Amino acid sequence: MSENNGMTIIASKGTLDWAFPPFIVGSTAAAMGKEVTIFFTFYGLGLLLKDLSSLRVSPQGNPAMPMKMPFGPKWLQNIDFAPKIPNIMWNIPGMELFATSMMKKTMKKNNIATIEELRDICLEMGVKLIACEMTIGMFGYSREDFIDGIEYAGAATYLDIAQGSNHDLFI
Amino acid sequence: MTQHVLDATELNCPMPILKAKQALAKMEAHDTLKVTCTDKGSTKDFIAFCHQTGNTLLSHDTEGNQFIFNIEKSA
Repeated sequence: MSENNGMTIIASKGTLDWAFPPFIVGSTAAAMGKEVTIFFTFYGLGLLLKDLSSLRVSPQGNPAMPMKMPFGPKWLQNIDFAPKIPNIMWNIPGMELFATSMMKKTMKKNNIATIEELRDICLEMGVKLIACEMTIGMFGYSREDFIDGIEYAGAATYLDIAQGSNHDLFI
Repeated sequence: MTQHVLDATELNCPMPILKAKQALAKMEAHDTLKVTCTDKGSTKDFIAFCHQTGNTLLSHDTEGNQFIFNIEKSA
């Protein structure tokens, strides 16, 4: 890697909302000429699975998440239900799926690219996606669970690549 | 010198930049690319993109809710 033209990112979170920043920043940096490496560890590893249907988002313990209806009349869409609904409500079975479905509808309505799309573009643009070998063992995944075109390595590899990077993010 | 066109309307960050990059990759040096966007952040983003990649932003205009960029691919 040429000196100081690299960007390295550790992707450690595996919820639907936190799936976006590594792929958005990574693909954009690659488009702007950076040599980008994303190291997926712990829950972030889930972002490299072939099947992304388990990506979810929950308002549980996340008071910053606005809860707006993605459909209906304008006045209804403008209401933020988050401060109106007691957080304990999100304990009820099925609420997480409901919130995830609402988030996906909101994204679709706003033409936000999907994680699959952004991940494909990252690979197309030469972003290096590295799965943490240790986490694979710990969580009981096998290599067949992951998409093609990724690499498998550990912390030392990440640090070696990060040496030539002037953007190093932990997400 | 060929003029290429990219319709990136209705797309949100970062897709207009990514689509522009993909289009530029297929072009020859000094070809121009006209990108039309509706993403409100696109003006600042295209200025930054051209600044970083060395391509020349020949012009950027606003027409109604559309943002139009003319980019010349660097040699």
